[in-house]
Amino acid sequence: MEAVDGNAIGGLLVEVFGTEMTGAATVCGNCGDARPVAGLAVYLRAPGTIVRCRTCDSVLMAFVTVRDRMCVDLLGLAVLG
Amino acid sequence: MAGTALRRRLIWQVAKVSAVTTETASVRTLTLDVPDWPGHQAGQHLDIRLTDEDGYVAERSYSIASAPGEPVAITVERLEDGEVSPYLTDELRAGDDLELRGPIGGYFTWEPEDGGPLLLLAGGSGVVPLRSILRYRERTGSAVPVRLLYSSRTLDDVIYRAELDQPARGVEVIHALTRHQPPGWAGYARRVDAALLGEVAWPAAEMPLAYVCGPTSFVEAVSQALVQSGYPPERVKTERFGATGGT
Repeated sequence: MEAVDGNAIGGLLVEVFGTEMTGAATVCGNCGDARPVAGLAVYLRAPGTIVRCRTCDSVLMAFVTVRDRMCVDLLGLAVLG
Repeated sequence: MAGTALRRRLIWQVAKVSAVTTETASVRTLTLDVPDWPGHQAGQHLDIRLTDEDGYVAERSYSIASAPGEPVAITVERLEDGEVSPYLTDELRAGDDLELRGPIGGYFTWEPEDGGPLLLLAGGSGVVPLRSILRYRERTGSAVPVRLLYSSRTLDDVIYRAELDQPARGVEVIHALTRHQPPGWAGYARRVDAALLGEVAWPAAEMPLAYVCGPTSFVEAVSQALVQSGYPPERVKTERFGATGGT
């Protein structure tokens, strides 16, 4: 499956964080690659939504909706904001 | 950036289609009457949600085609195996309702004070948010010089062709047709690569600001070539859509 980029989850991120996040800075917890959310690799139908580092391919964020409840995993990130 | 963005709840709302414009054989522009629209920035997108009779929901993102201050419009390319786009391009008529939320995104946006010169690079329907930027530049009376390099398969696939044939003062539109060219075609007839960018792009020394939007392969190739030619990565804004994506 081809990745899109972080722009594609701008709406989802507003749902989760309550504010615009595509311009927010990120740092990969594995390799230290730094870039805005907009530049990350996003897989929309994984199932759930998976966000990976463009450099080392580590999973940075995962969003999965289970019975109307969204589960968010940000453990792959060293920095977000 | 996140800290400066306005905090506004992003809610789904029902808009009405006010006009459907045929751009190419597979592309339509939908002009929308959105009752509660807070205004948008050039380059932003919105999410569309379709719900079928069984409750199955499909969401897609589409770039906003109109300038801030103009009625909201999106331009949609029909993907043959798409879940959403064939409905938007083939079924929707003026007067129909459409569920959406937006505007969304604060990264791939341009304001006149961001300056330039601007280098806009479009692959296929990636031209949509760049058209919003072009129209906004004209509406605000900005004199920032612009070059738009637009890659399409054939001349018939060029979206906004009539509009782009009469660019505003200070705007150059350069076409590349990758698959088929009409007789006597004087423009580029190949894919956008480092050599072509070397002929078209502003020199890095002029501190240009680049916006690249298109399929992933196009965006990767173009943005890497620009950075290798000396553009600082933070001056190359990218928006990729996959083979099945909307934005």
